[in-house]
Amino acid sequence: MADGTATGSKAIEQRDAVVIRFAGDSGDGMQVTGAQFTTETALAGNDLATLPDFPAEIRAPAGTLAGVSAFQLNFSSQEIFTPGDDLDVLVAMNPAALKVNLGDLKPGGILIVDREGFTEANLKKADYETNPLEDGSLARYQVFPVDVTRLTTAALKDLGLSARAVFRCRNFFCLGLTSWLYHRPIEPAERWVREKFKKSPELIEANVRALRAGYHFAESTELFAVSYEVRPAAIAPGRYRNITGNTATALGLVAAAQTAGRPLFLGSYPITPASDVLHELSALKQFDVYTFQAEDEIAGIGAALGAAFGGAIAVTTTSGPGMNLKAETMGLACAVELPLIIIDIQRAGPSTGMPTKTEQADLLMAMYGRHGEAPLPILAAATPADCFAMAFEAVRIAVKYMTPVVLLTDGYLANGAEPWRIPDPASLPAIPVQFRTDPRGFYPYLRDEATLSRPWVVPGTPGLEHRIGGLEKEYLTGHVSYAPTNHEQMIRVRARKIAGIAREIPPTEVAGPPEGDLLVLGWGSTYGALREAVRQLGAAGHRVAHAHLRYLNPLPADLGDLLGRYRRVLVPEMNLGQLLRLVRAEYLVDAIGFNKIQGRPFKVAEITARCLKLLDGRGGEDQPA
Amino acid sequence: MSALTKKDFVSDQDVRWCPGCGDYAILSQVQKVLPELGIPRERFVFISGIGCSSRFPYYVNTYGFHSIHGRAPAIATGLKATRPDLSVWVVTGDGDALSIGGNHLIHVLRRNLDLNILLFNNKIYGLTKGQYSPTSEVGKVTKSTPFGSLDHPFDPIALALGADASFVARSVDVETRHLQEILRRAHEHKGTSFVEILQNCNVFNDGAFNDVTDKAIKADHTLVLEHGKPLVFGKNRDRGIRLRDFQPEVVQLGNGVTEADLLVHDEHNPALAYLIARLGPPRFPTPIGVFTSVERPCYEEAMAAQIAAARERSAPDLAALFGRGDTWVVP
Repeated sequence: MADGTATGSKAIEQRDAVVIRFAGDSGDGMQVTGAQFTTETALAGNDLATLPDFPAEIRAPAGTLAGVSAFQLNFSSQEIFTPGDDLDVLVAMNPAALKVNLGDLKPGGILIVDREGFTEANLKKADYETNPLEDGSLARYQVFPVDVTRLTTAALKDLGLSARAVFRCRNFFCLGLTSWLYHRPIEPAERWVREKFKKSPELIEANVRALRAGYHFAESTELFAVSYEVRPAAIAPGRYRNITGNTATALGLVAAAQTAGRPLFLGSYPITPASDVLHELSALKQFDVYTFQAEDEIAGIGAALGAAFGGAIAVTTTSGPGMNLKAETMGLACAVELPLIIIDIQRAGPSTGMPTKTEQADLLMAMYGRHGEAPLPILAAATPADCFAMAFEAVRIAVKYMTPVVLLTDGYLANGAEPWRIPDPASLPAIPVQFRTDPRGFYPYLRDEATLSRPWVVPGTPGLEHRIGGLEKEYLTGHVSYAPTNHEQMIRVRARKIAGIAREIPPTEVAGPPEGDLLVLGWGSTYGALREAVRQLGAAGHRVAHAHLRYLNPLPADLGDLLGRYRRVLVPEMNLGQLLRLVRAEYLVDAIGFNKIQGRPFKVAEITARCLKLLDGRGGEDQPA
Repeated sequence: MSALTKKDFVSDQDVRWCPGCGDYAILSQVQKVLPELGIPRERFVFISGIGCSSRFPYYVNTYGFHSIHGRAPAIATGLKATRPDLSVWVVTGDGDALSIGGNHLIHVLRRNLDLNILLFNNKIYGLTKGQYSPTSEVGKVTKSTPFGSLDHPFDPIALALGADASFVARSVDVETRHLQEILRRAHEHKGTSFVEILQNCNVFNDGAFNDVTDKAIKADHTLVLEHGKPLVFGKNRDRGIRLRDFQPEVVQLGNGVTEADLLVHDEHNPALAYLIARLGPPRFPTPIGVFTSVERPCYEEAMAAQIAAARERSAPDLAALFGRGDTWVVP
């Protein structure tokens, strides 16, 4: 039984937290390895956070620096918020993977390499002049060279598989090995293999054998004298599963549509890193989910708007470049005041930028990227699991206020994973949908007094036939109108409607003292790094607090007051200062930006260092990370 | 339901096309045909893009959506996919459908939702006051092409056939009875019905279709397509289209040439439809009528079937969905 107790006579050391990264060629199965290690870790009861990092090319030339794919996991016996800054363990399948990732390994950290991957040809592809396994350059690490290929081949030798098929099982050997090292149960990975390869029994056998061979090799070899234990974390009671941001987004949408009792329509065009939401929803048709892979981004949102006209919960998903193309239809949705959810899973721009790398530089586009005065609510998820809550909330607001809503997530949230406490569907907030059917006193733009929403009337309703469109409409009747004061009245009422949503925004949660020397204000996927940095600073006695915005338009009603309660305000963002501009403009507060635009999330240490400098009275200007 | 009349489909809005515009005639024929289709008024939806033609929905007292330039087919797709109970009509023009919205048009045609697309072709940009359009002939002198346009025009019928449209027809704004008949046929057809309506813009492109509308000459310049009938035209119905060495030619009937020598129209043969679509001035008369009408599965039905089949396989259970995969309990 590989249940984490069969460690024989070897020593066991306790660890509070471990950061491990699996790195290899993009064909080496590192994402699968990472995902399986994540599942094992979740079942071991640790808190965890993950960060996959893969190249845009499906298969860059094997062995090259461009083709390196990696998966990072932080797991702990304490509550954690990020995938970790520096690595305790690096698994490198070839020289290129070593070269790209070694800089992140802590001095004294564990480095596991497939020795046979370090051939002359592979060394050359990675621009190594000498073999780092032999030239002493790795002396500051604990290096464990393992003959992964030979050992995997030996374990599978009587299965009659091709050399290529055997080679592809090396990742499970490494999974087995690291599972032993950290007392992870390997049964979940075995279950996964049996499900994944149920049509190819020989591959089940091969992968299970490779997994067990790795586990037993680690247990029996003298190479590893110590194994490590990370005790379960004390997390809130409940049933959990691991979830990525994109899956959480898809589930949030389905849950919202089911709660509203309406069909869900997704109009979308494939784009990294958003496509997984389309994939997830396409497989959930039993929930009355219509997925439409459109001819382009414009048709994706256009079809969604058509479905909204017909009474569906309508969504379009995309990433930055697609947002540009959707702007025109978003403006139309503002004018016709139909509910529509636009999800921008941000990636590094401008233009094609770095499609697989994360960024949060679309906030001002979401805010202002339409001609004319076209305000709409903007929400942002803070963590992978939060994507569920915010997708649900986006639907609720869209329907209640008859408005398009933008939900911002990003590549880091989309592909990153964390444990999600599975909610009881009965506990979800209500999303009442009331189509108007009464012709008495009906006008297309007759507004609800409280929300200023116009009625949702779906075609097919007798006696309420009317026309909507992009031309300016008369205040009540909805007839085309060019009257000067009517236009201003319509502009103002639409703006007031959106501003009024602030009533619904819950009080801003503050971690740390209610007033003090420094407030760290963030939004989106920086949540984990900011929360952890501020926790550390607080533990060291500093009067620092963290607030994280999930509602970006309108901003929370209590934000102005909150900003005034701290001597300084620091706004770290993965852009050149977009929220910074909004809060400075809105509250005339002298907030300071801290900006990192490298396609990678902030490290906790970067935030703490920046905060300490400010607390020290230095660096009172915007700075790059 | 009391019987509907044309009046039920007239909205309370003043029609604001230029006096003499061909759009008036088209509007009138549509309003005449709608009450005959046996569909409650509230089930009709007219969706348009941008352009003179796209003002159409404001004047028809049904549900309507005047959207953005070229995107009406996309909006109609989302509506029809989720609301197959509605009778959805797209009204568009040569610029809207073939220029800015060209991509959406070809894709809606291949998907074959049960929509009716009315393309008003006046070979000019009217709303923006007179630039050449993607159907204008080469050399067209307009405000934006003072030395003549350079680009080769689209033939809307050939384009629709190329996109595998299941119903393709052409009519003329002033041919009231013919237009009504084509509108009825378009409605009856299950799948995307594409109808090009030759429409006169008397302000910026007057007389563009004179040869098919001028009573004195139109019979000699119009080829009225009828399923199963030979391709005969002319005031005296004494000329026809014959195929020789795979090339169509105009022949005079008589002197040994009979109708038996002529091509016979077959709406169920898209290859023949394509050949006929390429006929037109100056060597041939302009064909009008139904070019092709073939049966093909409708997108929205296939979509609904997939959803129904998914339901058969598994009930929609949110709790089960949330708890998929490996889960663990923290006590």
